[in-house]
Amino acid sequence: MNAIALASAPPAAMRRRLWIERFTGLGFVLPAFILLALTILLPLVVLLLLSVTNYEFGGVSADWLGFKNYAKALADPVIRRAVVNTLVYVAIVVPGGVFGALLIAILVQRRRKTRSLYEVIYFLPVTSTLIAMATVWQFLLHPSLGPVNAVLKWFGFGQIAFLSEPSTALATLAVIGIWQLLGFNMILFLAGLTAIPRDLYEAAEIDGCAGGIDRFLTITWPLLGPTTMFVIVTTMITAFKIFDTVAVMTRGGPIGSTEVLLYNIYLEGFQYFHTGYAAALTFIFLAFILVFSAVQTFALDKKVHY
Amino acid sequence: MAEIALPAAGPVAAPITPAGAIARRLFSLVLIHGILIAGAIFMLLPFVWMLITSIKPPSEIFNAEISLWPKQFYGVENYSFALSKAPLLRFALNGVILCVGILVVQLLVAIPCAYALAKLRFPGRDALFVLVLLGLCIPVQVPAMPLYIALAELGLLNTYFSMMVPFFLSVFAIFLFRQFFRSFPDDIIHAARLDGMSEFEIVWRIVTPSAWPAIAAFSVFSAVAHWNDLYWPLIVISDAKLAPPPLGMMFFADAETGSNYGALTAAATILTAPLVIAFLIARRRFIDGITMTGVK
Amino acid sequence: MAAVDLASIAKSFGATKVLGGVDLDIADGEFLTLVGPSGCGKSTLIRIIAGLESQDSGSVAIGGKRVDHLRAHERRVAMVFQSYALYPHMSVRNNIALPLTMSRLSLWQRLPLLRLLSGQRRQVMRGIEADVGAVAAQLQLEHLLDRKPAQLSGGQRQRVALGRAMVRSPDVFLMDEPLSNLDAKLRVHMRTELAELHKRLGATFIYVTHDQVEAMTMSDRVAMMDAGSILQLGTPSQLYEKPASLKVAQFIGSPAINLLPASVANGGRIELFGRPLALAVAEGQGASVTLGIRAEALSLVPGEPGHAGRPWFSARLRRKENLGSEYILHFDLAGRDAQGVTMRASPAVAASLSEAAEFALGFDEAACHVFNAAGDRLEPKAPGAATASVVPLRA
Repeated sequence: MNAIALASAPPAAMRRRLWIERFTGLGFVLPAFILLALTILLPLVVLLLLSVTNYEFGGVSADWLGFKNYAKALADPVIRRAVVNTLVYVAIVVPGGVFGALLIAILVQRRRKTRSLYEVIYFLPVTSTLIAMATVWQFLLHPSLGPVNAVLKWFGFGQIAFLSEPSTALATLAVIGIWQLLGFNMILFLAGLTAIPRDLYEAAEIDGCAGGIDRFLTITWPLLGPTTMFVIVTTMITAFKIFDTVAVMTRGGPIGSTEVLLYNIYLEGFQYFHTGYAAALTFIFLAFILVFSAVQTFALDKKVHY
Repeated sequence: MAEIALPAAGPVAAPITPAGAIARRLFSLVLIHGILIAGAIFMLLPFVWMLITSIKPPSEIFNAEISLWPKQFYGVENYSFALSKAPLLRFALNGVILCVGILVVQLLVAIPCAYALAKLRFPGRDALFVLVLLGLCIPVQVPAMPLYIALAELGLLNTYFSMMVPFFLSVFAIFLFRQFFRSFPDDIIHAARLDGMSEFEIVWRIVTPSAWPAIAAFSVFSAVAHWNDLYWPLIVISDAKLAPPPLGMMFFADAETGSNYGALTAAATILTAPLVIAFLIARRRFIDGITMTGVK
Repeated sequence: MAAVDLASIAKSFGATKVLGGVDLDIADGEFLTLVGPSGCGKSTLIRIIAGLESQDSGSVAIGGKRVDHLRAHERRVAMVFQSYALYPHMSVRNNIALPLTMSRLSLWQRLPLLRLLSGQRRQVMRGIEADVGAVAAQLQLEHLLDRKPAQLSGGQRQRVALGRAMVRSPDVFLMDEPLSNLDAKLRVHMRTELAELHKRLGATFIYVTHDQVEAMTMSDRVAMMDAGSILQLGTPSQLYEKPASLKVAQFIGSPAINLLPASVANGGRIELFGRPLALAVAEGQGASVTLGIRAEALSLVPGEPGHAGRPWFSARLRRKENLGSEYILHFDLAGRDAQGVTMRASPAVAASLSEAAEFALGFDEAACHVFNAAGDRLEPKAPGAATASVVPLRA
């Protein structure tokens, strides 16, 4: 009798413990799950449904369009231009923002006394409100009042209307994008550099990697590989989401030269209320983001070489 | 050089450092600092120009001649004009309310969820974690339109709630905290259970305090992101009284102040200052926070 | 091949003085070990020889030439690091080949893409490949050449690190605690391998360790360091048999040397626990000294103590430690709680002893090391006229 009770007691207690764990587990994730469903999953479903209709916000009815919105978007010269502009922007910001940050990180890392000063200076734009700073940039680049043009004039160059010239507007926004991102990437690279053991540099020095180029090619660059990959992809995603500077500084102009995908989605969805069409555009936007993320996942898996 | 001027100090010879090596070292130092300083000027130029312009009178601003320092101090006029034209302090307060509100809910929701994902066994755990990972790839601009429609239907546009609601769930926070909690020793949790603590107490009294660095890092990350976010407030807020700093700045720039750069830069200074000052005070926290949230 | 001469090497990190003017001449082909507790400056010294750290003053000469102005790779030294410092992203082959590619290819021939333009590159690479193969064969690494360091065991990594050092046949091998990351068994094995490698290569080895066993077993000479200076330089047996100071005596030898407080009586004669020994030093009466007796110099005195005419003291057996081939016996000194001594004994002897019993431990004066209050060794002088008269503890 006693022996049976003793033998059966532990499993019963275990079962109870498992039940408690299940219920608390479910209870703990419930709020998160509800929010996930309400703010991400359900909206995605609704968005998908909207994208196959011609629904306009405020309207009473909507017709089923199938994939016509997508077909229209892919054929729309405005959207095509916006996608191309966005990709050009990414193509300028990524090399500038990643390799510039890498250079700065390598130079800053070896400073002893001035390191934290430089860190603060380069990081400052990350914490600043881009919209406010965009206004300042606008003034800085002003053709007649801005100091940048004044300096150009002093050097004997002509006046450049950076933001109102179709050929320079997008590149100018990209430079501002780099300005905003550089410190963030620098900090990530500094963390990556710190993780490289000092022993390796010393071994390399004895082995004959005396110059900076050799040291970089033999140790720093290969060992920084995973960090670099991560920084490239996050920079790509951030750059692809460009919106703020366009909305404040150029509004897509001049002559559509700075129209970017997210800005067009904003216009279609929240200004013109072509809700169905904007939903289809949003999925095109999401497709790009997912491709970038996938690149990261696969590349990082491969890069784990030690 | 100084070494050569010194008399030979007894039998102990100083290590030989040929002049060529010194020159090379000097050259590389100059080159390194040259690059760094040039970059630093590029980074600082907007801040410096913002501060200078905000204390210049219009006559000097519109003068084609560029001067680094105003001849006439006009700061009081610019700042008081900016403050009188738009509720700048209200914008900043809105930013604080927005950031605090979002952060509190994010932590309350994400911490128990992350703990459950890291340490408890329950049905659907792995599926939920996959959803969290997928959620990491979805920027807020994607669900924005359905959320906007829902908020409009519920009559909730132009409220603090509408500004915060898409951010209440941070899948990133869940992911970050889960990674952190996983390395928390199971033995301590078992010991706490044996001592009669409930899971609720274990989360908030044992595990959460140990995750302080991750929480601080995430808080910095979250605050920087939401203080500076424009896209979502632009969509749901049209009432200037509720505008957070970026939207407020946009309203202010759109109003008749158009090309009054003195007032514009004064406003920009006021709206940028809180976060920048916070950064300058707690710069180690900021930098560590970005490092941790970035590298994972 | 090269001798290494260090003259008055001094180094401070900020306010902390790490090396205080070290002089050391290391002969060509010698295996010299720098041994000492952590923080004694031994690692800094070897890094200064390597050129990884620069001294504040003093000079380093290798092969008779001063190398202070030369950078690390120009000094013809190789170094094996405690962590091995293998390049984690390179195969074993490329790890070993790296010093050769650096020295035999020009910068242009090493740069990505540009190197494709060089015609001679392939020929040079073939030569490097052959040299790497030869080194790998010596170290039995051939089957591992295509692996990455992460796929190797600790002992294999150690051998790769050695291979990388050997491949460009340096004049001097510098080793900074190369065995301390290995498990105990492998460490013993690698000691033999390193000693044999040294014999085979004939190069100068400078070896840093905190493990006195490594120092004793491998070296031609040992330099015992503490607080930034060399306390004693000599062969392992000199350090063991004639430690120049208390610190050396304490550091070298396992189990640690037994230290007993003693005093100097009339005529320099030493008294232990109130009984005079047949041992005198040139020290004033009343001075307190420390007597060092190795564990193997103690033995049990059979029968009535004092009978054999040897000095002795009584102690209580606290614990017997079985090492298999022998026992280490731990005794408490009678009437002195804090003080204990250790003694070696054969298993046969140890088996007959029961713990907690009291025994008389005898020793020879000739085996005693005497140190003064400052910790310096005192050489015994002929005892004064009075002959040794051993007074028994209990009459």
